[in-house]
Amino acid sequence: MEFKDYYKVMGVARDATEAQIKQAYRKLARKYHPDVSKEKDAEARFKEVGEAYEVLKSPEKRAAYDQLGKGPRPGEDFRPPPDWGAGFEFSGAGARDSDYSDFFEALFGARARAGADNRRGGFHPGRGEDHHAKVLLDLDATLHGGTRQLSLRVPEIDAEGRLVSKERVLNVQVPKGILPGQHIRLAGQGARPPGEGTPGDLFIEVEFQPHPLYRIDGRDLYLELPVAPWEAALGATVKTPTPNGTVDLKIPPGSHAGTKLRLKGRGIPASPPGDFYVILQIALPPADDDKAKAAYAAMAAALPFNPRANLGV
Amino acid sequence: MTSSEDQALSGAIFEESALLTVKDLSRMCAVDERHIVEFVEEGVLNVVEVNAVEWHFTGAALRRARRALRLERDLEINLAGIALALELMEEVERLRRELQARR
Repeated sequence: MEFKDYYKVMGVARDATEAQIKQAYRKLARKYHPDVSKEKDAEARFKEVGEAYEVLKSPEKRAAYDQLGKGPRPGEDFRPPPDWGAGFEFSGAGARDSDYSDFFEALFGARARAGADNRRGGFHPGRGEDHHAKVLLDLDATLHGGTRQLSLRVPEIDAEGRLVSKERVLNVQVPKGILPGQHIRLAGQGARPPGEGTPGDLFIEVEFQPHPLYRIDGRDLYLELPVAPWEAALGATVKTPTPNGTVDLKIPPGSHAGTKLRLKGRGIPASPPGDFYVILQIALPPADDDKAKAAYAAMAAALPFNPRANLGV
Repeated sequence: MTSSEDQALSGAIFEESALLTVKDLSRMCAVDERHIVEFVEEGVLNVVEVNAVEWHFTGAALRRARRALRLERDLEINLAGIALALELMEEVERLRRELQARR
């Protein structure tokens, strides 16, 4: 098990005051909070910072941790001494969902957990807690429905009373038309209550992987469709991919780059269904041979056109 | 331990189900009912219709409430601050989508 240098994680000196530690935490928490941050490894960094703060903000835990710091160097293999923790009483307030490092669990695990749930309310006798998870699905799952194998991290209490996270694989029938940010509710798939009673529900929040062709905005889908200048200018019927297969799309004459065409009800099949939008892009043929150059020159000669007229030049 | 069920589980889209009560939200978020009431009083959560008998929320309130609870717990923001943060976050999401559309 790797020794974790919580001072380094927080970017504070070993003799930092409580106020300095709190300040450092606030800054890092805002920077890496998964709801706020756009940093790539935000979630992992946020957990690391939270764990470091959990230890350093509590005088008891910090004192116990500092004693260990005199032993192995960071990164070295670490084993807590057999009598570790004797004489320290951990209050364990404010425990988070799960997912502390092995290092933390070894040091504070069982003790920190005891009474960790005091603060939480919403206790309903005879009914297990609801569980929450988040998954990233392919767009096809909501367009056509279908079964997907989902791998979830689920908190569980182990034999020693510690909260650990386990992997759980479920085959789930994805409801057709589910939108990003919505939840699939699986009744009875949450936590079992101690003893008799009904298990809680499992709520799976759904987001979608970026699609190579379509951009998702709520229930609507957007496609950028390249057209030739003459197709836009004169109008044309062109092949267009849609979630339900290729269609013949009519481009009205006089279209330009950015023209938005709507195929009503062809977006995500929610209720009400979303729309499918086609945004036109003008693709220019390359002028890489004499014939093409002549065609462009003929167009320049034939059309009195100043594309910069509204810039006043 | 890995448990796998061969039979596919099917669930409904939660947001399309019936309206939620304070009690429902309290259970789903594992917090006191009083906490949910405070969310409403500070404008973190919106009630569908201010019914004299009981408050009701749409399914979308679950996501909002859980996000609010994470901000409260992790960043120790007070309720007025959370209401502001949620509004700004939604605004940023909207602007990002618009920006993406204009690219």
